[in-house]
Amino acid sequence: MAFYAAALASTSLTTVPLRGTAAIAIATNIQDSRQLVGRCRTRITAQLELKAPPYSLDALEPYMSRETLEYHWGKHHRGYVDNLNKQISGTDLDGLALEEIVVRSYNGGNPLPTFNNAAQIWNHDFFWSSMKPGGGGQPRGVLLELIERDFGSLEGLLNEFKQAALTQFGSGWAWLGYKANRLDVGNGVNPRPSEKDNKLVVQKSPNAVNPLVWDYHPLLVVDVWEHAYYVDYQNRRPEFVSTFIEKLISWDAVSARLEEAIAQAAARAEEDERRREEEDGVMDDGDAIEMYLDTENESEAE
Amino acid sequence: MPNEELNAISIVFLVVQSRATSSSSSRVTAQLELKAPPYPLDALEPYMSQKTLEFHWGKHHRGYVDNLNKQIAGTDLDGLTLEEIVVKSYNNGSPLPLSTMPPRHGAPIWNHDFLWTSIKPGGGGKPSGLLLELIERDFGSVDALLSEFKQAALTQFGSGWAWLGYRAGKLVVEKTANAVNPLVSDYTPLLVVDVWEHAYYLDYQNRRPDFVSTFIEKLISWDAVSARLDEAIAASKSA
Repeated sequence: MAFYAAALASTSLTTVPLRGTAAIAIATNIQDSRQLVGRCRTRITAQLELKAPPYSLDALEPYMSRETLEYHWGKHHRGYVDNLNKQISGTDLDGLALEEIVVRSYNGGNPLPTFNNAAQIWNHDFFWSSMKPGGGGQPRGVLLELIERDFGSLEGLLNEFKQAALTQFGSGWAWLGYKANRLDVGNGVNPRPSEKDNKLVVQKSPNAVNPLVWDYHPLLVVDVWEHAYYVDYQNRRPEFVSTFIEKLISWDAVSARLEEAIAQAAARAEEDERRREEEDGVMDDGDAIEMYLDTENESEAE
Repeated sequence: MPNEELNAISIVFLVVQSRATSSSSSRVTAQLELKAPPYPLDALEPYMSQKTLEFHWGKHHRGYVDNLNKQIAGTDLDGLTLEEIVVKSYNNGSPLPLSTMPPRHGAPIWNHDFLWTSIKPGGGGKPSGLLLELIERDFGSVDALLSEFKQAALTQFGSGWAWLGYRAGKLVVEKTANAVNPLVSDYTPLLVVDVWEHAYYLDYQNRRPDFVSTFIEKLISWDAVSARLDEAIAASKSA
């Protein structure tokens, strides 16, 4: 039952307008009728949706044409969604949230066939909402502070970001991310916290790889697959990236994501601290002594 | 000081100076050239437009040549043949770092030269002779080969190339990412299709399958492939 409720909540089915208890009620019915369903061999699968950009397809003109959006979103992005849905239908990835599919498919660096499609869906969702009509301008507030702390200046950041975008040979992406104090080992706590933790970082990645697989919090991305700019800029990737920076970036979106990232990082740090205290066996003295004694007695007995 | 001695010293000085000058300023550097395709830029219409050739050859391919020339000037790669540069700069999978430029820029030039001569106006059709025999021996049929070639081209995720090659006496289909090419591997290339998006975006946009089918049916120069096969066989015999 919970599975179905979770599936409904996390994958935005367009055909199911139910939420909360209503969903659970439906799930109960589904549960009861699963016997029938099972016998008929039909499975309820959660299909991932192609999310539209938060603006109309011509809204980014003249910097990114409607024609580009029609191909980039309408064909490439849509294609990844359709293909992933086919791939996961009926498998144990079916019904999971997209981010979870991405991380599981990455499989610790040995990607499964679903990885490319899943990550590309995620990357493109993130790309559309990294931009807005009338974008560009300046970041503010905490974001600006951290930029100045970690890159010296806004210009310093934008130069590094542009360089990453231009030196990603072949297809790929350039990112601004927030690197909190974690290792990419499930719940592992970083035993060697370094200066580079809890900082803004610029990364580039090839093909479909994205910072989720390194457990960074992505804040901003530019797509440098050629399909992202070929209709409007052809080979002129530098011009495309400059225009992206000056006219398209939604600094509001970046700020909002940064807030979330900082909050998440703080919550996880607290959790880690709590877990560490538990593991250290913080008990009253009596218990501690008893443990040692038991061990010694056993070994002496031998 | 007597005049004769001064003169002698000045002559020695001049000789020494001119030697120094010639050794520092008249170094022979071999600049790599942008080779033109063996047909005019509109000759592959309507299957590959003039506009595509103008960008693909005129900007991308030319860009690789210009950049590489800048990068290798005065280095130990300067003066080598393109093939030597490709192999040397690949360095067993760890390309030599060459400033901020793309890492394997010997190979993109080589790959594009090879691409333009893999196709021709009025291309397509069927292979013949020894090439056909080997295709039928190693793939069962031409259709089977083309099917596998197309699959390689369509499953090369991101940027890359699909190849027909000759390895240890057999024909093989391979695919490579980005700029990797067979010179650093164990097969001799016979045919290539470029599946970087810039190769087909102006004419086919996202429709890579259509592009590859058209490439196969209308553009492949089987003559070139045959000639390369003959060369590969001859080379393996003399090796």
